[in-house]
Amino acid sequence: MRRLVSRLGLRAIALLYLAVILVGPLAIVFWRTFEDGFAPAWDALTTPETINAFKLTLIITAIAVPVNTVFGIVCALAIVRRRFPGKGLLNAFIDLPLALSPVVVGLSLFLLYGQEGWFGSWLSDHGIEVLFALPSMVIATIFVSLPFVAREVVPTLREIGDDQEQAAFTLGASGWQTFWRITLPSIRWAVIYGVILTTARCLGEYGAVAVVSGRLQGQTETATLRVQERWDAFDLAGAYAISIVLALIAILVLIAMTVIRPKEEIS
Amino acid sequence: MVMVGLPLAALMWEATSEGTQSFRDAVSSPEAVAALKLTLGASFAVSILNAVLGTITAWVLVRDDFRGKTVVNAIIDLPFALPTIVAGLTLLALYGPTSPVGIDVAFSRTAIVLALMFVTLPFVVRTVQPVLQELDPELEEAAHSLGASRARTFVKVILPNILPGILSGVALAFAKAVGEFGSLVIITGNIPFETEVSSVHIYGRIESGDSAGAAAVAVVLLGISFLTLLSIGVIRHFATRHDR
Repeated sequence: MRRLVSRLGLRAIALLYLAVILVGPLAIVFWRTFEDGFAPAWDALTTPETINAFKLTLIITAIAVPVNTVFGIVCALAIVRRRFPGKGLLNAFIDLPLALSPVVVGLSLFLLYGQEGWFGSWLSDHGIEVLFALPSMVIATIFVSLPFVAREVVPTLREIGDDQEQAAFTLGASGWQTFWRITLPSIRWAVIYGVILTTARCLGEYGAVAVVSGRLQGQTETATLRVQERWDAFDLAGAYAISIVLALIAILVLIAMTVIRPKEEIS
Repeated sequence: MVMVGLPLAALMWEATSEGTQSFRDAVSSPEAVAALKLTLGASFAVSILNAVLGTITAWVLVRDDFRGKTVVNAIIDLPFALPTIVAGLTLLALYGPTSPVGIDVAFSRTAIVLALMFVTLPFVVRTVQPVLQELDPELEEAAHSLGASRARTFVKVILPNILPGILSGVALAFAKAVGEFGSLVIITGNIPFETEVSSVHIYGRIESGDSAGAAAVAVVLLGISFLTLLSIGVIRHFATRHDR
């Protein structure tokens, strides 16, 4: 009897905790957005600035995700399969973007590419716009979403070992063939899982992009920056509508994670 | 390496370019000190809350069974998937001036703790959960049948096993909390000396053109991130020493 009471008690604490912190707030935003029907939300979403902001977010994500996928796989292979000087350093460095404040990331890039920065004068002499333009926003997004693929692939690579790769190699397969036929198929779920996490992080990036973009309306404003801009302009409906779209994407990400996670554990 | 190292080198350079004195002045300005104290205090409080509530949640997800558990398990990762600015906005919708339940904590320090709890929620749950899953319930049954009370079983049998998981989850949550920005800008109002945390302080310095001052405080945050990563490494080292 006492066991049952304490079990139900713990369950109640856990569920209440999640309801108060996570589910409650999100539910209220959904309710507030559609309080007056779909039309106001739709109008808020289809203004040219907001459409532009979503486009920009998609462009940045479309560049950053493939770059980080390739980088993540290469890094994971280097960490697990190779021995080289500085390996410990790489292993420590790769988690840094997770522990670092996005504002610090943005500031670092600002100092590197800004007018008085290390590359700033060279870039402006050659007429290349990096800061307050797309390139710096892409670089900032790549920076903050760097570790996700590698972090997923490393444990899987460790677990499968290199017996099959060695066998393929002994049978005369080249390095590339071994990678495409043996390694990649066995890490594919880990890669996909990492790609989903990377995509979510890229779509949602705010702090680093806020610093390097200069927030020029209609030019360097991503979806998340647009939420802030609408909020500052007292356009609550606009801010909520964009938030709802981003939240729906987040929910899709959660569903994808739930579907893929068991497969990853089996393979 | 170039991607991560070079910008950080530029940051260190800027922070110290005008000599150690100006670095010290920027870091020890009353506003910077107040922001840093608030950041560390709030992050510490949130870490403790996470350790307790995260462990309970992980326990319920592993040992308890009820309808809809899969959904609850999936929801845990929501803060990873939801943009931080949206997180701040949603919290303000429920706990702000227009709150339907009559709770208004907007622009207060409670709001900071609330926002940080939101963004750090998954860390402890996700580091403790796999350890609990591996832990054999028979160990607890054995302790129980030998006459140990439930509290004693938890302290002597379960806690030593999950402690490394709790600690590394707490360390990750702490690092995330110290650097958090997006979820705080809307909900805290960023009042200096009152609700302005370090990341927001840095952003303010950049906007007012004081990049050396911003860089100095940023280097302090960078140092905290490094130390936290280092301590996670140490925890992992000790946690796995029996396996090797």
